Amino acid sequence: MLRLSLAAKIGLGAIVAVALAFMYVPLFLVVFNSFNEARIATWPVTDFSLQWWGKAFTSEPIRAAILNSVIVGLGATAVALVLGTLVAFALQRFTFFGKQSVNLLVVLPIALPGVVTGVALNNTYNQILEPIGIQVGYFGMIIAHGTFCIVMVFNNVLARLRRLSPNVEEASRDLGATPWQTFRLVTFPQFRSAFVAGGILAFALSFDEVVVTIFTAPPGVDTLPLWIMNQMARPNEASLVNVVATVVILASFIPVWVSQRLSRDPADRD
Amino acid sequence: MRASAQQAPSVSDSPRSLPGTVTLRQVAKRFGEFSAVEQLDLEVQPGEFLSMLGPSGSGKTTVLRMIAGFETVTSGSIHLSGTDVTQTPPHSRPVNTVFQDYALFPHLTIAENVGYGLRVGGTNRTDREAQVRASLEQVRLSAVADRLPHQLSGGQRQRIALARALIMRPQVLLLDEPLGALDKQLREEMQIELKQIQREVGITFIFVTHDQEEALTLSDRVAVFNNGRIEQIGSAREVYEFPKTEFVARFLGLSNLIRGTEPGAELVSVRPERVRLSAADTAAAPGETSFLGTVAEAVYTGPTTRFLVDTEDGQRLTAERANDHHPSAETAFGRGDRVRVGWTADHATRVA
Repeated sequence: MLRLSLAAKIGLGAIVAVALAFMYVPLFLVVFNSFNEARIATWPVTDFSLQWWGKAFTSEPIRAAILNSVIVGLGATAVALVLGTLVAFALQRFTFFGKQSVNLLVVLPIALPGVVTGVALNNTYNQILEPIGIQVGYFGMIIAHGTFCIVMVFNNVLARLRRLSPNVEEASRDLGATPWQTFRLVTFPQFRSAFVAGGILAFALSFDEVVVTIFTAPPGVDTLPLWIMNQMARPNEASLVNVVATVVILASFIPVWVSQRLSRDPADRD
Repeated sequence: MRASAQQAPSVSDSPRSLPGTVTLRQVAKRFGEFSAVEQLDLEVQPGEFLSMLGPSGSGKTTVLRMIAGFETVTSGSIHLSGTDVTQTPPHSRPVNTVFQDYALFPHLTIAENVGYGLRVGGTNRTDREAQVRASLEQVRLSAVADRLPHQLSGGQRQRIALARALIMRPQVLLLDEPLGALDKQLREEMQIELKQIQREVGITFIFVTHDQEEALTLSDRVAVFNNGRIEQIGSAREVYEFPKTEFVARFLGLSNLIRGTEPGAELVSVRPERVRLSAADTAAAPGETSFLGTVAEAVYTGPTTRFLVDTEDGQRLTAERANDHHPSAETAFGRGDRVRVGWTADHATRVA
């Protein structure tokens, strides 16, 4: 074990405290302000009230935005799970011409600035597909999110597949299992946790995506991030945003908790 | 071989159909430019314990994998119990394999691992559980039924891998260096256990190993592989005492390989324990080939002492003597002693 002097411990502890404070104090402010009577965020909060919570729960635009975000998130996650897993298998199990290029092209969208992806897809949808009569509409947004969500599943599944012993699949076939039984009973259970963790990350990535969404959302369709952005431009409703943000903060605990449980190596469980 | 295919098929030509017979006819395997196995003919008898012995890259594992169905053959045919399985996928062949690294399913319990083959084969839960219980008892591991593979020791995993294969009641069991990962003592225990199990179940065992001692100890017959070919096949005694080629003589144990001085002289192999060692002033026995030399090294190995002798004509010979004298007595010769080494003709084997 690395031994630290008392001074070093105090110094490092202070840095951690400051860093955590920077991350979490603003979140607490949001939570506090969601109970603020006032129209705009103020500090200190003088009058507490649940009026913004009441308004938020009955707001039709908020409900629509959440629904859109969930649908797009689930759609993009589904695309990412299927394609990401297939690509991971192709790259891990087979050698073929252009293998390295495929690897690069799959990972690239996550590194590409959202503005570039957004503009590129927007141009494609509006100037190429629409003139020839293809209206991508809602699906355009799902596909756009899928481009970078694939990476999450791909990376997770590929990393796990690399660690699997190919012998266990041979053992399964040797014991009479058909290729499909082998996949279902031996291969999939061994990368299931990576698959689910990748899916959760993909959903999270899609859920708070702003830049690409601005360029690809059909007219009049708001996802939750877009709704919040628009709301910030109208200061009279700012406290409504605090309520929505508080709910999102609470909801984020679920995927974080699930993925942390799942990312543990199956061999670590006792 | 090619010609015989054009003749009317005779009885002796068709592969034997007794359950447990494995017949390889002119089997070859190429990986791109590399020829892993060349035109191999092999017939394994029902209930036989056959070892395929050879250095790594000699083709023995490839042959095993072709019998299991994990590798396709480039040419030739494979028959199991008289049925042509050359094109049969591994899950439809009546053979099972014990893998080198055991290949237990890490996410399944020991009982689930052992019952896996019955489960995918559609055996109902009650029958399956009964058979798994009996199988775990056979390998004396009932206590670990609910554990996961990583919680078991190497020797325990080995026995589970064996149980998982044997529960399928295969006609032929393939074993790919199954004892390679175990330490020496455990390996020797497992050798005896393997031999006993083989005798109990009475099925054909095909055993791949690079450990010559293991092959000699366990097998009814040993097939010595080199460069994708079988150099020699026969009982342990045959391949050890009468190696046909220089490779077999060198690969199986220690051997003195001596070529006569006259042109065109044959190469002979003499095992160190067949070399007679005596004081330099003793006369050569009648009919004995002998050399005078100096002991360069005397190595005490416990049961034997090994003497490296440099002969006057510049060869180094190895002689081994059993330490069957009084335990506290010194060995007869030491470094620098002048000795005579020799053997009678019937202790030497001509090799190609």
